Amino acid sequence: MTVKVHLWSGLRALTGGQAVVEVEASTIAEMLRALVRQHPALQGPIDAGVSVSVDGRIMASDLTAPVGAENEIYLMQRLRGG
Amino acid sequence: MALDDQKSVFKFVGTRPDRPDGLDKVTGRAKFGADVSAAGMLHGAILRSPYAHARIVKIDASKAEAHADVKAVVTRADFSDKVPFKPGLEGEFWNVLENVMAGDKALYDGHAVAAVAATSALAARDALKLIEVDYEVLPHVTEVDKAMATDAPVIREGAADYSVPEGMHPNVVRYHESGHGEVEAGFAEADLVVEDSFTTEATHQGYIEPHACLAQLGADGKGELWCTTQGHWIAQKTCAALLGIETAQLRVTASEIGGGFGGKTTVFIEPVALALSRKANRPVKIVMSRSEVFRATGPTSSASMDIKIGMKKDGTIIAAEGIFRLQGGAFPGAPGDMTAMCAFAPYNLTNVRQVGYDVMANRPKQAAYRAPGAPMGAFAVESVLDELCNQLGLDPVEVRLKNAAHDGSKASYGPTYDQIGLVKTLEEAKAHPHYAAPLKPGQGRGISCGFWFNHGGETSVSLALSEDGSAQLMVGTPDIGGSRASMALMAAEVLGIPYENIRVTVADTATLGYNDVSHGSRVTYASGLATIKAARHAVERLCARAAAKWGIPEDAVKWEDGCAVPSGPNAGDFDPLPLADITANMGATGGPISGHFEATPEGAGVSFGTHIVDAEVDPETGKTAITRYTVIQDAGKAIHPTYVEGQYQGGAAQGIGWALNEEYIYGEDGRLQNSIFLDYRIPVASDLPMIDTVIVEVPNPGHPFGVRGVGETGIVPPLAAIANAVSNAAGVRMRDLPMSPPRILAALKARDG
Repeated sequence: MTVKVHLWSGLRALTGGQAVVEVEASTIAEMLRALVRQHPALQGPIDAGVSVSVDGRIMASDLTAPVGAENEIYLMQRLRGG
Repeated sequence: MALDDQKSVFKFVGTRPDRPDGLDKVTGRAKFGADVSAAGMLHGAILRSPYAHARIVKIDASKAEAHADVKAVVTRADFSDKVPFKPGLEGEFWNVLENVMAGDKALYDGHAVAAVAATSALAARDALKLIEVDYEVLPHVTEVDKAMATDAPVIREGAADYSVPEGMHPNVVRYHESGHGEVEAGFAEADLVVEDSFTTEATHQGYIEPHACLAQLGADGKGELWCTTQGHWIAQKTCAALLGIETAQLRVTASEIGGGFGGKTTVFIEPVALALSRKANRPVKIVMSRSEVFRATGPTSSASMDIKIGMKKDGTIIAAEGIFRLQGGAFPGAPGDMTAMCAFAPYNLTNVRQVGYDVMANRPKQAAYRAPGAPMGAFAVESVLDELCNQLGLDPVEVRLKNAAHDGSKASYGPTYDQIGLVKTLEEAKAHPHYAAPLKPGQGRGISCGFWFNHGGETSVSLALSEDGSAQLMVGTPDIGGSRASMALMAAEVLGIPYENIRVTVADTATLGYNDVSHGSRVTYASGLATIKAARHAVERLCARAAAKWGIPEDAVKWEDGCAVPSGPNAGDFDPLPLADITANMGATGGPISGHFEATPEGAGVSFGTHIVDAEVDPETGKTAITRYTVIQDAGKAIHPTYVEGQYQGGAAQGIGWALNEEYIYGEDGRLQNSIFLDYRIPVASDLPMIDTVIVEVPNPGHPFGVRGVGETGIVPPLAAIANAVSNAAGVRMRDLPMSPPRILAALKARDG
């Protein structure tokens, strides 16, 4: 399934200027792997820690959550709290 | 979409029973970090650098080691050499190791360089004087803007991660940029653009209980650690890595905690005590002095910020831009990214751009402090909004309502908001008597909104029923804000037994699966969700026992008001079977009945608040009095409203300190000048008005009872709301925190030319 992943603008330098990347994936884990396959430079930010917003719900670390073509998906820097 | 089984009518949730830890705390029976002792225990003390930046040429501990009272001396060589250095936050274990015991360089005033264990606390402190350290003093930098300048001394090469653009100083270690739309085009359409710069100083979380621990580690690699902490699993994991032992061989027990606010989410003295214990082969206790707490544990970041906002005459924000530079001490981790993402989050913006920098300087490693990074950004953004309202003659609440993010708005950090409560908090503010109350001459009123993400995190909970029908609930999140009461209320709601019949224990690391730290306002949300699920799991088992007793299928039994009952007329005619009647015979009907839940809940739900503040400035002394304060915040669902109100009031009180007086003051020599409470002024009762609270409840779709975290959002609006009140009272825009009397006098003098 093709999903559209919105990147924060600081990542555009790593994707040749693309703000939205389309990849084939059905879970967050597959999505992250596919992002790196398509844009190897994204390995750095993903290793540093990312959260994923799926339809406004922020997945802080869950790699198993499903993603689909109908979802609004945003990659976010990993959240930290106090 | 809400969880299918979200509950909205409650029997126990929303009531205000007595706190379960109250008697222990008022009678002195509660055991805090420094209250634990062991037979044969030694006392540890830590030698700290007097320099802000220095190469450690040589450490000679021979005189200390020869002293009869000294049983062990440790330096960096006594910790694992297998902790890898990596850029940015990827090498966080290395960063923590380097922070708890310096390697080649002392990186800030107060940085640990060696430690001793001796037969008494006094002997340990005296023995520190016998350790000779040769330092080669290096140039230092403590201010964020100076640390980014071309000629700034480099703290550590190679610490910057992938995100930092080329050409930046090596002290800039992480960079964040996000937003949407076209800000320049937006500014061109604005009727008024205000651009301004702001600074905030580092403040400390100011918990009254200093860091304290008792550690025991044998040559076999097995250890015990008792400590005051917000997260004993992260303490276990970190200490094991830093000592080079297996995680499961170190059992960590969290003591009662005398405040944390984010500052106890990492380790400082614990690995040192373990290393001393391993070397001395005896238990070692370390208790920090207040001065050590200030010098060597995490304050917040300091910040330097530039804000530009364009507005139409009708109050519509047409474009917004913010640059946020956060100084986080001599290590990566300053939350410039969080500041950037939160700063404009309350508003529904077409054009927005935010940039955050994480900058190193010769100061202690910053630690989280309630909504880390968000209060500074809110201060800068909401100050500019206030200025726009003043210049355009607009009402500050109306303008915020006009621009407020609502369900379906695109957040400044990207995604579309689900169900959120900001508009409700603003409507409550507008309708509140405080907002309509007249001000006296010399007083000013300030408004601010605030946003925080909230968090879920790994969570593991276990609930065990007793034969008499009472219940024991084991959670893994230290109780920093009344969570034992909230957990008991949620369990009572599901089980249908009285709150008083449930005892909640913060279990040690050997008792439950991994639990994330008590941070991110996650406990009532995540441990609460896990408690509800664990209680439901126990209820399933209770229903199964009733079904077996009645000889009907398990799905023909349901749970109602503490009893198993037939699920419908076709299930059979049986009297309700109370919980205690089932547990009385559980040993003979299948064994003990428990419920468990382990997961990483991912529906924390973001949170918003709006604060109203009145302030009065004395033009002769520059002293500010906060004369009235109202906090309005969305709790989703308040499980124990008294604790929720306490969180709101606590956020406001700490915000008052941060806004008016608290600051880290460094001398030209890079040494901290005010490392005791006499010189670092936190608010006392006489500084504070009664802080009124309004609990808004817009249920979080991601929690069975609708809970949103409340612990952090309350500290986001105060800096801005107070600054706006003070600025309006003084007739001059206050751009730098704290707004201490000398700073206000200087501003008044500048205003009057």
